Amino acid sequence: MSDPDILFWIIVIPGTVVLGLVASWIVRKVSALVQWRVGPPFFQPIYDVAKLMGKEILIPQQAQRAVFVSAPLVGLAGVLLLSIMLWRITISQVTFLGDIIVAIYLMVLPSLALILGSSASASPHASVGTAREMKLVMGYELSLVLAIIVVIVKTAGLVGPGEQLSLAAIAQHSPVFSISGFLAFLVALLCIQAKLGFVPFDIAEAETELGSGVLMEYSGALLAIWKLMQAVMLVVLPLFLAMVFLGGFGAEFWAGLARPLRGLPVGVIVLLIFVVASLLARFSKYIDILALLALIAVCLLAGLGKYVLILVLIILIKNTNPRVRIDQAMKFFWVYCGLTLAIAIILALMGNTYGINWL
Amino acid sequence: MSWKIKALKKSVWVFHVNTGACNNCDIEIVNLLTPKFDVERFGIKLVGSPRHADALLVTGVGTRQAAIRLREVYRQTPKPCVVFCMGACAGGTGIFEGGYHVAGPVDEIIKEVDPNAIIAYVPGCPPKPEAMISGVVKALAAI
Repeated sequence: MSDPDILFWIIVIPGTVVLGLVASWIVRKVSALVQWRVGPPFFQPIYDVAKLMGKEILIPQQAQRAVFVSAPLVGLAGVLLLSIMLWRITISQVTFLGDIIVAIYLMVLPSLALILGSSASASPHASVGTAREMKLVMGYELSLVLAIIVVIVKTAGLVGPGEQLSLAAIAQHSPVFSISGFLAFLVALLCIQAKLGFVPFDIAEAETELGSGVLMEYSGALLAIWKLMQAVMLVVLPLFLAMVFLGGFGAEFWAGLARPLRGLPVGVIVLLIFVVASLLARFSKYIDILALLALIAVCLLAGLGKYVLILVLIILIKNTNPRVRIDQAMKFFWVYCGLTLAIAIILALMGNTYGINWL
Repeated sequence: MSWKIKALKKSVWVFHVNTGACNNCDIEIVNLLTPKFDVERFGIKLVGSPRHADALLVTGVGTRQAAIRLREVYRQTPKPCVVFCMGACAGGTGIFEGGYHVAGPVDEIIKEVDPNAIIAYVPGCPPKPEAMISGVVKALAAI
C-alpha cells in the first residue's frame, strides 16, 4: 500500500469519531444559541464520554446479558463500517458494484442494534420504547429507500452503463436541482432526522422525559458506546445525503485540499485553524462562539458547505418542532411522505423518458 | 486526582427524585435549565433514568412510601455518585418534623443503603437557583 493509503486507514476511524464528537458539540451549541442560552463548552462531548467510561456498568438481573452487552458494539461497528466505506468512496473513488445497497443496509444496523439492546433490558419502560422504535423504523425505512430510488432513476441516464447503482458515480451529479429530486431530498432529510433520533421524531429515546426510553437500563461504558454511535451517525448520515443528493465531494475537492498554499497543503492549514480555534475555545464563552463561527467558516472554505448545510437544517428542524406521537409519525411517513415520493418517482420517470432534466 | 473524578466534575448528569415534596423545590430545580441560569454550560444535563445519572437531586422529606423507592433508586445509580438533598425538608425533616408519614430525613435513608454515600445539603425553602448552583459547585470541588 502506498503512503497516502496507509495514512487513510490509520486516521479514518479515530478521525470519524473525533468529527462525530465535534458535530455533536455543534448541535448542542447551536441549539443553545437558538434558545438564547450559552451552551456547553467545546470539549463537553469528550468529558461526557470520559465520565461514562469511568462509571460502573449495571446490568439488570433479568436482562439477556449477551445481547445487552453486544448490541451497542454492533451498532457502533455498523456506523464505523459505513463511515469507512463513504470516506473511501469520496476520497479515492474506490467503489464496488451495488455499494449504495450496502450503504442502505448498514444504515439500518444502528436502529436494529437499538431495538435489540432495549428489548434485551428486562424493563417495561424499555419495551414500550422498543415497540415505538420498531414502528418508527418501519415508517421511515421505506421512505428513505424510495427517495434513493428516485435519485437512482434521475441519474440513470447520466452515468455510464452498469454504474447506476454505484455511489461514486451518483455522487458526481446533483439531483436536488430538479423537482422530483428536491421532493426526495426533503423526505430523505426527515427520514435522517428520524434515524438520528432528533425531535420531532425522537420518540424512542428522549421520551425518558415522558417516562420511558430505549436506553433506560444502560449505564457506564455501554452508554458511552451508544453516545459514540449517535455522534458518528451525525457525521455519516449527512455525508451520505450530501453524496446522494447534493453532488458530494469529488476527486477535485480532495486534490484541491492537497494543493500547496505557501508551502503547506490547504488541508493542513484548515486542520491547524480548526485545532487553534478549539484550543482557544477553552478560555471564554465568547471565544467559544467565535470558535463555532470559525469552525463553520473553515468548513465552508474547505468546501464542506454541503455537509454544514444539512447539519444546520437538521439542527433548525430539531429546535423548532415539538415531539410527535408514534401514530402521527407513522401517518406522516406512510401517507404524506409516501404520496410525495410516489409523485416524485412518476415525475422522475417522466423526465427520464421525455428527456426533461428539471422534472 | 484520577481521571474518573476529573471527568465527573466536568459533566454531571442529574436525576430528580421527589420523595414527597410540595413541588416548590422541584420547580426551582427545573428553573436551572432555563436560559436565565442555564446549567448546561457546566455540563449538567437532566436525564430520565437513574442509571444515566451522576447526581441525585432529592427533594422532599423522606416519606414512608418513598423511602423504599429512594433506596432502590440509589442502588441503581452507578457509583461514583453524589446525593444532593435540596431544601429544608430533604436536609432535615423541615416543617414535617414528627409527622406520621415521615420515615426520616433523606440522608438517613440513603445511609441505610450505603454508609459511605457522598451527600450534600442545600438548605432553603425553596433554595434559590443560585444557591443550588453554588451548592453543586462546592460539592464537586470537595470530592
